[in-house]
Amino acid sequence: MSLVARYLEENGLPTVVIGSALDVVEHCGVPRFVFTDFPLGNPCGPPDRRDIQHAVVSRALQLLGEATAPRTTVRLPFAWHDPAWRGRYGRVDPAAREALLKEGEQRRARFAAMKGPAKP
Amino acid sequence: MTTDTAPVRYIERTRAYYRALGYAKDYVWASHADVPFAPLRKPVADCRIGLVTTASAGDPAVHGPGHVRQVWSGPVAPPPRELFTANLAWDKESTHTRDRESFLPIETVSALVSEGRVGGLAAHFHGVPTEYSQRKTLDDDAPQVLRRLRDDGADAAILCPL
Repeated sequence: MSLVARYLEENGLPTVVIGSALDVVEHCGVPRFVFTDFPLGNPCGPPDRRDIQHAVVSRALQLLGEATAPRTTVRLPFAWHDPAWRGRYGRVDPAAREALLKEGEQRRARFAAMKGPAKP
Repeated sequence: MTTDTAPVRYIERTRAYYRALGYAKDYVWASHADVPFAPLRKPVADCRIGLVTTASAGDPAVHGPGHVRQVWSGPVAPPPRELFTANLAWDKESTHTRDRESFLPIETVSALVSEGRVGGLAAHFHGVPTEYSQRKTLDDDAPQVLRRLRDDGADAAILCPL
């Protein structure tokens, strides 16, 4: 999505990214970025929290108008209700190493059958 | 479990995960020294905003074998109840995507239009597939998204990757 933002800007269309993967978006480099520190999946706010969603989108709109240079990131202060979320996504449990390797083999076999590469 | 509050380092974590899956080659994340910048040409309150998501259409029939992943669009009125997100990488243990507003804020932008904070919401939102191939994203998908945003008269876009 960061690549799409870059393309739109190169062609004169201003953008703002609302996202929760700070390192991925900043590594690519985008013009305007509202960072929400939530688990991946709900960049605009926790499910059914219209108050937070409103504040997030409102801040994104404000950033559209106020940014004067690329790589402008705004970090929002909202915290996810369960602090344990940070450790979960994509973790490698040492006890599950064999199962992960097996899953990887199955994936490679599937992708080879489709003649396409795997997407992280 | 970590209890710190530093942003999760997804690049590092994804690299470790795919190595554990036995992939020999690390994914190379896009990185650019130069970043383009298009200034907004009028006040936000006068702008029509387009929305872009990485989710797919809600109809499971279109995700079957042989389905070609491509840019797609849907009307914002009426907004879609749910979209298909199972094919994307997000934290399926910590949260869910049954509230579409949590990743595609159609009603939230509409509320901000009613409040006079933004000029309008473009008639369609657009879905862009997440691709392993950065070339496909840049050569095929991004131009499609630009064309569709312009067709709707969008002055700017909010992009919400899951």
